[in-house]
Amino acid sequence: MNPELENSEVLPENKSFVSRKINPFFEDIYNVYKFIAHFFREVSSRPFEWKETINQCYEVGYKSLALVSLTGFITGVVFTKQSRPSLSTFGASSWLPSLVSIAIIRALAPLVTALIAAGKVGSNMGAELGSMKVTEQIDAMEVSATNPFKYLVTTRILAITFMMPILILYTGLVGMLGSYLNVHANELTSFTAYFKSAFGTISFLDIFSSIFKATIYGFTIGVAGCYQGYNAQNGTQGVGKAANTAVVLSMFLIFVEELVIVQFVNAIR
Amino acid sequence: MDREDINSEGKESVIYIRDLKKSFGNRTVLNGIDIDIFKGENLAILGKSGSGKSVLIKIISGLLKPDSGMVKVLGIEVDKISPAALQQLRLKIGFSFQNSALYDSMSVKENLAFPLVRNKRNLSTNEVNEAIEGVLNAVGLSQTINQMPSELSGGQRKRIGIARTLILQPEIMLYDEPTSGLDPMTSIEINNLINQVREQYHTSSIIITHDLTCAKNTGDKVTMLLNGKFLTPGKFEDVFNTQEESLRTFYDYNFINSK
Repeated sequence: MNPELENSEVLPENKSFVSRKINPFFEDIYNVYKFIAHFFREVSSRPFEWKETINQCYEVGYKSLALVSLTGFITGVVFTKQSRPSLSTFGASSWLPSLVSIAIIRALAPLVTALIAAGKVGSNMGAELGSMKVTEQIDAMEVSATNPFKYLVTTRILAITFMMPILILYTGLVGMLGSYLNVHANELTSFTAYFKSAFGTISFLDIFSSIFKATIYGFTIGVAGCYQGYNAQNGTQGVGKAANTAVVLSMFLIFVEELVIVQFVNAIR
Repeated sequence: MDREDINSEGKESVIYIRDLKKSFGNRTVLNGIDIDIFKGENLAILGKSGSGKSVLIKIISGLLKPDSGMVKVLGIEVDKISPAALQQLRLKIGFSFQNSALYDSMSVKENLAFPLVRNKRNLSTNEVNEAIEGVLNAVGLSQTINQMPSELSGGQRKRIGIARTLILQPEIMLYDEPTSGLDPMTSIEINNLINQVREQYHTSSIIITHDLTCAKNTGDKVTMLLNGKFLTPGKFEDVFNTQEESLRTFYDYNFINSK
């Protein structure tokens, strides 16, 4: 045995170093697990917060429409422009609607919308709940006999989980519209011909997997945003950190989930 | 019936605490606290910042759990009841936060309506509006009904914070530093409001403060939290005339700063 390790002065220091680095990580995972379990307990118990959930759906859904419309449209146009030269080389420009629709529905719309939502909605949740936490508004809610977790957290997570599939399908349609305008401007393809070709390629599994992904992404953004905000500490600095971590964590998890879901969907295709 | 929270004169404690201990890591903030507050009584608790005064009322309201000891509020042990029972108990406890803790995204009216509509769901809109008008008149701020919290002054925020707790007609009021950050005139107004609330709503209160004037004007009994322990509660003059060195330093510092 290494004589250094026999030295009792060394071991505690090593242990402390490992504890400092590893323990908080597992502690965080355990706390997130408890947070999610708490969410499901609250969601399944009365009273249900329908009014506030609908209000949050409006906040995260309707108020994100302008942003996702613009990004979806630009994504459709840019992807079409970038794909045309390659397809033209093989004389396959007529495949553009099929290629673009598959790319948008299967990958681009879910990813682009989720990343936009992580930035806009996730950071908003982190900052709003964080600010309420550090200014004792959440405590005030609790002492006035209102369940703040149910009112603030479950409603927000449900809202983003419900709204993400709608936003993603909407972004897909707007992206395909952008693509159509570009195709029409270059190849004079009619609206009917473009969308007949585009939708002819998309299968039920494509739509279903997109909706499934959207639900998972929405839940991830909601949990990350609310968890960070609800557990914010250390004043305004903590609020900034909560918002920032919510976005970074959501985006990272969205890419990991994308990778896993694609493997799964391709296996059953 | 032999109940520990009823004294020899048959008076029942609305807040009864025995040997309460609370630590955060290695730091002990409450180290064996005993309190008896009877109906209609105001207890002012003095102490330095960070001495654990706010922790005490957070334990009483169930926001924090004690490490050991007994905390009975209105005859119910706060840390031993179900979340649903705690929610019911909280309807009888008003908590006025140091920074008012008004909901930023709601107007004054919505702030006041929030606890009411969520806890008394069978009330009509007229009844809710009447209750809001009632508490706003009680705190003298009926003109602010449609304003947002960001448009209010510090004193007004404190008053609206108190009004929000009064709307549920609590039996106990917990004030956390009600005069901190306020000018002397506004502090006097808040002190008067605390006394007025007791008269009008028949509340018993704990007033956490480091403001000697506030403690003198609002407390029937005054005590001081020092090193996790309480001095024996007594009248302001008795506690104030102590010769204990650390207390004298606290008083002298307060006087210098209040001049």
